[in-house]
Amino acid sequence: MSEQVRERETRRLDRVVVRFAGDSGDGMQLTGEQFTSETATFGNDLSTLPDFPAEIRAPAGTPAGVSGFQLHYSDHDILTPGDAPDVLVAMNPAALKANLKDLPPGASLIVNTDAFTGGNLKKAGYATDPLTDGTLDPYMVHRVPLTSMTINAVHAAEGTGSVNKKEAERAKNMFALGLMSWLYHRPTEGTVGFLEKKFAKRPEIAAANIAAFRAGFNYGETTESFTVTYEVAPARMRSGTYRRITGNLALSYGLVAAGELTGLPLFLGSYPITPASDILHELSKHKRFGVRTFQAEDEIAGIGAALGASFGGSLGITTTSGPGVALKSETIGLAVSLELPLVIVDIQRGGPSTGLPTKTEQSDLLQAMFGRNGEAPVPIVAPRSPGDCFDAAIEAARLATKYRTPVFLLSDGYLANGSEPWLLPIRETLPDLKVTFTTEPNHTGPKGPEFWPYLRDPETLARPWAVPGTPGLEHRIGGIEKSDGQGNISYDPANHDRMVRLRAAKVAGIANDIPPLEVEDPSEQARVLVLGWGSTYGPIAAGCRRVRAKGLHVAQAHLRHLNPFPANTGEILRSYDKVLIPEMNLGQLRTLIRAEFLVDAIGYNQVRGLPFKAAELAGVLEDVINQ
Amino acid sequence: MTVTTNHTGISNRLLDLVPAAPAQQSRKDFTSDQEVRWCPGCGDYAILATVQGFLPELGIARENIAFISGIGCSSRFPYYLQTYGMHSIHGRAPAIATGLATSRPDLSVWVVTGDGDALSIGGNHLLHALRRNVNLKILMFNNRIYGLTKGQYSPTSEVGKITKSTPFGSLDRPYNPVSLALGAEATFVGRSIDSDRAHLTSVLRAAAEHPGTAFVEIFQNCNIFNDGAFDALKDRSSRDDVTLKLAHGEPLVFGAEGDKAIRRADDGSLEVVPAGSPGVLVHDATATDPSQAFALSRLTGDTHGVTPIGIFRSVDAPTYDEALNTQISDAREKQGAGDLMSLISGGETWTID
Ligand SMILES: Cc1ncc(C[n+]2csc(CCOP(=O)(O)OP(=O)(O)O)c2C)c(N)n1
Ligand code: SF4
Ligand SMILES: [Mg+2]
Repeated sequence: MSEQVRERETRRLDRVVVRFAGDSGDGMQLTGEQFTSETATFGNDLSTLPDFPAEIRAPAGTPAGVSGFQLHYSDHDILTPGDAPDVLVAMNPAALKANLKDLPPGASLIVNTDAFTGGNLKKAGYATDPLTDGTLDPYMVHRVPLTSMTINAVHAAEGTGSVNKKEAERAKNMFALGLMSWLYHRPTEGTVGFLEKKFAKRPEIAAANIAAFRAGFNYGETTESFTVTYEVAPARMRSGTYRRITGNLALSYGLVAAGELTGLPLFLGSYPITPASDILHELSKHKRFGVRTFQAEDEIAGIGAALGASFGGSLGITTTSGPGVALKSETIGLAVSLELPLVIVDIQRGGPSTGLPTKTEQSDLLQAMFGRNGEAPVPIVAPRSPGDCFDAAIEAARLATKYRTPVFLLSDGYLANGSEPWLLPIRETLPDLKVTFTTEPNHTGPKGPEFWPYLRDPETLARPWAVPGTPGLEHRIGGIEKSDGQGNISYDPANHDRMVRLRAAKVAGIANDIPPLEVEDPSEQARVLVLGWGSTYGPIAAGCRRVRAKGLHVAQAHLRHLNPFPANTGEILRSYDKVLIPEMNLGQLRTLIRAEFLVDAIGYNQVRGLPFKAAELAGVLEDVINQ
Repeated sequence: MTVTTNHTGISNRLLDLVPAAPAQQSRKDFTSDQEVRWCPGCGDYAILATVQGFLPELGIARENIAFISGIGCSSRFPYYLQTYGMHSIHGRAPAIATGLATSRPDLSVWVVTGDGDALSIGGNHLLHALRRNVNLKILMFNNRIYGLTKGQYSPTSEVGKITKSTPFGSLDRPYNPVSLALGAEATFVGRSIDSDRAHLTSVLRAAAEHPGTAFVEIFQNCNIFNDGAFDALKDRSSRDDVTLKLAHGEPLVFGAEGDKAIRRADDGSLEVVPAGSPGVLVHDATATDPSQAFALSRLTGDTHGVTPIGIFRSVDAPTYDEALNTQISDAREKQGAGDLMSLISGGETWTID
C-alpha cells in the first residue's frame, strides 16, 4: 500500500456502525462479509445484519432491489448490529434513497457519483439530483467517482489485459472496500488472499479485484476529501480461540455435534426454503460425519423421511421456515404420538403465507406451540444469538433423545444470517448425550418375556426406543391411540384420557431438567422486568444497558425454553411490579405468559422485518419504568 | 451390523446386506397376536395370508423386516405381522419408508398402501419414491374405493361411479396405477390379484428379488363398498379369457384355449389378435426402454377385453440408498472420518489470551 504520509487526524472511537448499500448485483453482501472478516481478525467484537431483497435479481437500480449489509464493531462487548450507521456507502441513487432515512445527521456518507445519472435518478424516484439539491446537506458527504476510478485502476494494473469494461466495473465493490479499509484502519492481507483464492480459476479477475481494492485504499490516502480516519481498538474479550459465525452455520455445527454426542447418525430430511436452506447446504457437505441429507419432494416428505430415520435409530432432523412448518404439522403430531426423537428447526421469517421471506420475525411461536390437531405438546427451544444456535441445537437434540419427543428449535432470519465472534467450545465441556437403545424385553406376560413399547421410564416418562433389527422386540407403533404400557391399539376412553395426560406430563416434566430462569438486575432495585425470547436478547440487553447508564433500574430475563417454561418462571414474574415483553410479533409470548401465570404483562411489538433497535427499546423501557 | 448372506433362493445385492434368519421361519413366526379387524370376506385377509406365507421364504431375520403403512383399511396391515412396523398417516408412508430404508441398509422395508392413500393424498410421494428408486417394496391394495371412510369413490374408480359422495356419478377419469408407475420410470412394476395366492406369491418374490423400488398393484375386493370389482378376473368361467399372465421371455398369448395374442398395431399401440397371427410379441420385462411395458399397461378389460397381470417391468438400476451410502463411505475413505473440533474451528480463527 502507499507509503505516503500526510498530516491527518486519527480519531479513536469505541464503536462504529458501517453500512454498505447497493444494487443486489453489486456484491454488497460479499463486501460487507469481507470488511467483517478484516474486523474479526483485528480482534473487535462485532455483530452483523445483512438485509437483502427476496428476488435474486430484483429490478436493477430501484429501491426495491437494494441490498445492504450493516456491521457494528467495537472495543468492548456489543449485543446488536447497531441502530443507525455512522457511515453509509451508497453505490447508486436507489441505495441512497432506500437508506438515507436511517442515517443520523452528521453521519458520513460515501457516494458513487458515477452512478448518479439521469436514468438512475429516475429509477430511484428522485425528481432532482440529491447530490446537488441540498438533500445531503446534513451529512458529511464524500463524493467518489467510484466506477470510473475502478475501471481506470483495473486497466492500468498488470495481468488484467483480458478483462473487459463490464468485468472491470464489477470490481467497484472492492474499490469501496479498499477505501473503507483505509478509512477505518482495517488489515488488508486477508482480503488480498481471499480474492486470490476466490478467483483462483480466473487470475485476471483476481488481479482486477485486487487492483480495485488497492486503488480504493490508495485513493483514501491521496484524496483531500478525508481529513480524519478512525480507529477502534480490539475488544477485551474472554480468552480463547474465536471464529466468526452466522446462526445457520452454528446451528448446523450444533446438529453435527449432537450426532456425535448422542452417538446417533444424523438424518436431515428437508425442502429448500429461505432462510433455512443454508443448513441443508451445510449439512450436505459433511458426509464424512455420516450425515445423511435428503432433499425431499416437499416439506411433508422431508419430515416424514426424518421420522422414518428416527424410527430406525438415527437422529432425525428437519429444517424449514414457517410455511414449511404448516405443511409438517400432521407429521409432527404423528411424532408426538409415536414418541420418537425428532428435531424440527424453524428459521422464522415474516408471515403469514409467503410473507417476507428474507426478513426476520418471531411469529411462529404459537404455531410451534399449538399448530397441531389434538393435545400435542412439543418442547420448544430458542437460541438468543448467532453463536448460541450451536448450544441450542445440542439442547434440542438432548431433549428429543432423552424424552423421545419431537422438539422445536425456533431460530429466525436475523440469527440465521447475522454473525458474531464465537468462542470455540472445548470438546470436554460438551454434554454427554449417549443414547442406549432397548435390547431386552421389559415386561413379563402370561407367556413369558414381552416388549411393551409404551412402558415408560418412571422418572422421565419417556418410552423405550427399540430399533428394527433388535431380535425379540418386534413391535408396531402408529398414530392411533395406544394402550398405556403395552402399546396395542386402544379406543378405551379412560386409556385415552390417561395417555393424553401422560404425554402432557412428560413434556411438562422437562421443566425440572432445564436451568432456572436467570435474572440480570445489577442494582437489585428493579421493579420492572423485561422478558424476552430468541433473537431479541441482544437489543433488549443493549436497551437495558442504556437505561441503567441513566441511573434507572431494570431487570432482564431471557427465555431459552418456551415449552415448558423453567420451573421458577412464575415466581420471578410475580416478584416485579411490571413485566414488559418485547417481541417481533403481536404478542405471542405475552399470550402464553398471561395464560399460564395470570401475569398482566405489557407488550412491545413490532413486525417490520428488522430486529429491534437498542435506542427504541431503551425508550420503551424508560416509559414503562417512569409510568 | 453383521452381514450374513445365504437367503433361501431369493437374493440381490441389497437383500444380501440384510442378516439371514438363524433358523427356518414359518408363517406362524410372522403372525402377530393382534386380532384382525377387517370386514369378514375382505380381500385384505387373502393378501395377509399370502404375505405371511411368503415372508419365511425370504430367509431373512424377522427383526430386520419393517412394514410401513399409511391410513386406510389396507394400512392396518402392519399390525398383523410380527415384524417391526409403523402405521403412519394418510399418504406419507413412502416418504417415511424412504428415511428408514436409506438410513438402514440392513433392513428389508415394505410399504402397504391403498389406492386413495397412494394415488390421491400421497400421489406425489409415490411418484418421487419410484423416481428415486429407493429400496422399497410398495404393495398397493387397489379396491377402487375408499374403504375406511365408508365408500367414497377413489382415484381408481371408474367414471360415473355412484357413491355417497357422487350420487350422480363420479366425473373424473381414473388413474391406471401401472401406467402411472411406469411413467415415473419405476424400475419394477407388477400386478396381481388378492385371491390368486400362487400368482401373488410369485410377484412378491420377484419384487423382493428386485434391488430398488418395486411397485405392486394388488387388485383387492372390498366386499362392503365395491363388491365384485374384479369378478371378471376371478370368475372361473371367464378369467382365462380376460387375463393375460405376463411371463418374461414368453409370447404374449392368453385365452382359455391359448387362442388370443398381443401384437403391435400400426399406430404403435397394442392389439389383440388370434394366436398364430404374425408379429405376436414376446414379453421382455427387462427392456431398458419402458415403452412396451407402458403399452401393455394400456390394455384393460374395458378397452381391449384383457387385463395383464404379472411383472410389467423389472430393470436393474442404481438405487438412491446405495448411492447415498456410497457417497458417505467414499467421503470417509478419501477424507477420513469427520473430526468435530476441526470442523467447527475451520475457517479464520483468532486467539485472545
Ligand atoms: C389427512 C387425512 N385426511 C383424510 C383422512 C380420512 N381417510 C382415511 S382413509 C381414507 C381413504 C382410504 O382409502 P384407500 O387408501 O383406498 O384405503 P382403503 O381403506 O380402501 O384400503 C381417508 C380419506 C385421514 N385419515 N387423514
Ligand atoms: S370396508 Fe372394504 S376394504 Fe375395508 S375392511 Fe371392509 S371390506 Fe375390506
Ligand atoms: Mg381403497
